[in-house]
Amino acid sequence: MPHPFRDVAIVGVYNTVQARELPDHDSASVELEGALGALADAGLTPRDVDTVCTQFSSEDVLALGLGPCTTRGMLPRITSVLDAAALIATGQSDVVLMAAGGAGVYTDRTATAPWTRPAHEFVVGHGLFTAAEFALIARRHMLTYGTTPEQMAIVAATIRNNGHVNPKAVYYGRGPYTPEDILASRMVADPYHLLDCSTTSEGACGLVLARADRAADLATTPAWILGGAGDSMGPSYHIAPRWDMQGSTDPDIPAGYVGRRAARRSFAMAGLHPSDVDVAEFYDPFSFEIIRQLEAFGFCEDGEGGPFVAAGEIAPGGSLPITTDGGLMSFGHPGYAAQLVQRVIRAVEQVRGSCETMQVPDAEVAICSNGGAGALFTDVLLVGRERP
Amino acid sequence: MTTLLAQQPGTPAPQPGRLSQPYWDGCREGELRFQRCDVCGTIPTRPSAICPHCHGRALSWERSAGAGSLYSWTIVWRPQHPAFVVPYAPAIIELDEGAFLMSAMIGCDDTDLAAGLRVEVEFHPASDTITLPYFRPSAGGAAR
Repeated sequence: MPHPFRDVAIVGVYNTVQARELPDHDSASVELEGALGALADAGLTPRDVDTVCTQFSSEDVLALGLGPCTTRGMLPRITSVLDAAALIATGQSDVVLMAAGGAGVYTDRTATAPWTRPAHEFVVGHGLFTAAEFALIARRHMLTYGTTPEQMAIVAATIRNNGHVNPKAVYYGRGPYTPEDILASRMVADPYHLLDCSTTSEGACGLVLARADRAADLATTPAWILGGAGDSMGPSYHIAPRWDMQGSTDPDIPAGYVGRRAARRSFAMAGLHPSDVDVAEFYDPFSFEIIRQLEAFGFCEDGEGGPFVAAGEIAPGGSLPITTDGGLMSFGHPGYAAQLVQRVIRAVEQVRGSCETMQVPDAEVAICSNGGAGALFTDVLLVGRERP
Repeated sequence: MTTLLAQQPGTPAPQPGRLSQPYWDGCREGELRFQRCDVCGTIPTRPSAICPHCHGRALSWERSAGAGSLYSWTIVWRPQHPAFVVPYAPAIIELDEGAFLMSAMIGCDDTDLAAGLRVEVEFHPASDTITLPYFRPSAGGAAR
């Protein structure tokens, strides 16, 4: 059987300027810049698009003068990339435009992403917010496996140093960091120090998928979807994020390893194993989430994520370089959905060989992810240089 | 080392939903309640109309004795909302009846928290209409 996405190519990727604030933009305007940039990267124009899957899909149809065309209303993330690919694979679409962005959304209390600030009845009264919810997950791993703040700090320092050398990162030039610097930053929600946490910023990004025969006519180097799937354990930020929570879809996978089922399906679709992956563009809302993903996705055994990072495996030149643009901790975290798609964009840049910093030599297979156990969902995508 | 206290009224208070109203009514009356499926005994993660295990519609409210153990916790030093006094310790409590509850630890130092610590419920008002359950170490409260 041919690969389901054999005829789907990722042909355009783009990040706008990322900054702490973009005062001349709102989310809709900066998102359109992400869309236009991705189309330009592909050598396409809005007139080539027949499906719009953006943060403001129907608004963007009007803004770009399109129609009649297909829209998808969901916030772009990895599962949306898979849905977009399926639209092309099933003949419903030839060119799908994806974009997302945020500006002017961190308006009142600027250090916590507003969509993670819940009014939900079982968390609001006890002052839960993102860092605290993700800390409740990390704590269980510390108790069960002896994972340490020092191991988490290695993760944060590694990712922040990747951003430190990336001129396009919000926190370009703000390092370099040692693990001791991470541990010396002020505590937010134990075990998470300030520098264990992602930043908040503004910006946008775009992604264009096209039928493979269209891609052949374009100047860009296509990237290919080798496998992907998404996992959810329930609504984000509504309930206690409990590591051992189970569901019937696969009772052997606790909430703490959400994404494991998605990773297994992704590798099965690709016919690959974790050892085939050259670079991991992991989603990095908090430092421990990298350790968790290494285990959940099968890069090491359960409980071995801390020793894995302490052994230097995720360092530049290690066996599995991670989050090479600086990620949510340093490159950008523009809001709602853009940072979810930015992990895909970086994976595409890695297999294209077009990264201006921290390019992994001859990267052929990249894994990327979004979500986190504290938010009860994780999506996984495998991107490759070779057509499947 | 800092002693953990209940928050004063004025922090953001929960808005009870149709399904959860009995839970919040119980808290105001000093009674910790949880839902259990009449058929299979499953305790849903949050108040539900359908049992998440057998998908039956018959769920009843039960009264917890208010004792349990500490499952996970964090110490917040930078509050999400300025009304919260730090440090505070959001915690997941495993009740002896088997329910898991999002709450917070009080009545001890932040350095006293440990997995399996025996705890008991204590109610504190958050507003005129909402009372929140907190947990403190039980008398003689070593981990069991």
